[in-house]
Amino acid sequence: MIGEGIQSTNQRKHSYVQDHVEVGFFTDPSVCIGCKACEVACKEWNQVPDDGFTWSGNSYDNTGHLGASTWRHVMFLEQDRAKGNQITGLMGLPNPQSTIQDPQSEDPFRWVFLSDVCKHCEEAGCLEACPTGSIVRTEVGSVLVQNDVCNGCGYCVVSCPFGVIDRRPEPLADAGGAFKCTFCYDRQKSGLVPACAKVCPTESIVFGRLDDLRARGAERVQQLQQSGYNDARLYDPTETSVRGIHAFFLILGEPEAYGLPPKPQVPTIYLKSAWTSAFATAIASIIATLVAFAFFS
Amino acid sequence: MTTNSPSEKRLEELHEQAWKDGVVPGKGVDVAGGPIPRKPGYYGQAVVKPPVWTWQVPLYFFMGGIAGMSAVIALAAVVFHHVDPSLATNVGVARTAMWVAAIAGAILSPILLIMDLGRPHLFLNMLRVFKHRSAMSMGAWILSAFGACVVPGLIALELHAGQIFPGAIDQLLRVAAGIFIFGSAIFGTLLATYTGVLIGATAIPAWFLHRTLLPIHFGTAGLGSAAAVLELLGHRIAALNFLGFYAAGVESALLIWLSVDKHGAADRAIHEHGSGWLIRIGEILNGPLAIVLRLFGQVPLAALSFLIGALVSRVGWIAVGKVSGSDPESVFAAERY
Repeated sequence: MIGEGIQSTNQRKHSYVQDHVEVGFFTDPSVCIGCKACEVACKEWNQVPDDGFTWSGNSYDNTGHLGASTWRHVMFLEQDRAKGNQITGLMGLPNPQSTIQDPQSEDPFRWVFLSDVCKHCEEAGCLEACPTGSIVRTEVGSVLVQNDVCNGCGYCVVSCPFGVIDRRPEPLADAGGAFKCTFCYDRQKSGLVPACAKVCPTESIVFGRLDDLRARGAERVQQLQQSGYNDARLYDPTETSVRGIHAFFLILGEPEAYGLPPKPQVPTIYLKSAWTSAFATAIASIIATLVAFAFFS
Repeated sequence: MTTNSPSEKRLEELHEQAWKDGVVPGKGVDVAGGPIPRKPGYYGQAVVKPPVWTWQVPLYFFMGGIAGMSAVIALAAVVFHHVDPSLATNVGVARTAMWVAAIAGAILSPILLIMDLGRPHLFLNMLRVFKHRSAMSMGAWILSAFGACVVPGLIALELHAGQIFPGAIDQLLRVAAGIFIFGSAIFGTLLATYTGVLIGATAIPAWFLHRTLLPIHFGTAGLGSAAAVLELLGHRIAALNFLGFYAAGVESALLIWLSVDKHGAADRAIHEHGSGWLIRIGEILNGPLAIVLRLFGQVPLAALSFLIGALVSRVGWIAVGKVSGSDPESVFAAERY
């Protein structure tokens, strides 16, 4: 399937919205070249304000993190581990001064790029938390913020287990509302592919039917592991209360290194114990007050 | 900078070593953002987003607590006849409590809540939907229902207390006051406690790990604050003194609970960070200190101590959320619980 001249799903017109087909993103860092075209395309199409023009000092990542004005974020990980069977150092080259004889022991190093995005959770914390009904589930299973409805209460911000959605500060355009990736819902309605996937030159970002992508992801992990990428795995927390994500990732190594929580939970699972405590307190307070006025006056 | 400073001496050492050996081994210090990341997670960046809420929110928690529990005190006072319409000069506890509940709950709380919105002019969108799985939505409805009970309740009570209308209408007002005060008390207890659910059911580790404690703390602090406000307004009665002892006692127990119920790195914002001291100072003021002052008969001071403590600890809880939400290791560590 992969690498065999497959039919690209990224450049095709589609009717997923009309057909109510669940779609997703599969983002694969093993083929990402860190060009940031996805970030640029997202900003241009969606007219998102800039992230600020500062140098972070964190490798080639001057974008920072996902937020109200950052809907795609290319991460640059620098790790002291080998990438697959890759050999780092001067292996094979004449270097008489080198005292290191075993090439495998030369500083292993790898540079990993991954384009992060809103996960469009199966059980979305932001959607559950939204008190205005501004955040909705679309026909294609994505999570969408309706900008004209959002009153900027900020509750989705603390309800997202991935730290994706944020409130846009003054003095930016549309300040005060919560923003995140729209999955290019406007483009999808017209049969177009999301901007980031459309521009990705290596199909590191793949857009398509969710079930197709899941199969493709599993196959890619297998392929990479056979090629010596022993720590390749899928990041799709189906075992937790989030019950899976529609924009899932292939990652090399631990999810923590990508700032991804290994076991994300949708905060609604905490409601039962919290409300039980609240009701108990309410009853105790009423009883205490009645007792106070019955016996102490 | 003199040449005697340690940093200059270090450079001189390096200079000598380079001159003598022709090479200086060693990796030096880790530079922030250097080639291999040394910070936890992805360059130490936050995994979840810290709350964007500003000073209005803790103040709203404080006001909502006072308002809601004042209505409960009003109900108890009405049930046990603490409103005496025959004495025109005697402003009963229930009447004052309903005034406090109406001013704090139907005026100040909505103003604070609307001020905190990113788009205050769209505040009515809160009432577009009813979502029982969103504590924010429930809160908006609870506050609305409270306002809808406390304002007519206060009007009916005042008209009844003033004996404005004769006979049958006055009896009708008396029944209406009772119903609306009952409603105010029910929604009031929820108004005072739901705020604990609001921050307890989030992705912020220091908050969700204490989701059982928070509603108890916020609700009881609300009850004690309501009693304290009424005492400061001149109602020095034994019932309020008892409530003062009750609330301070519960808060003292919560102070112990919080200091025992540690979750390592997951809630270190409470136990190791400065913002946690705001919570503890608040809890000391509305817990042990309030009890001691009350035991010595210093009722106004005890009331004041409780009120300040209730406000400071709310400010502390929001501050702790900001610290905890910005700490990636807290999020990773919280996954064990």
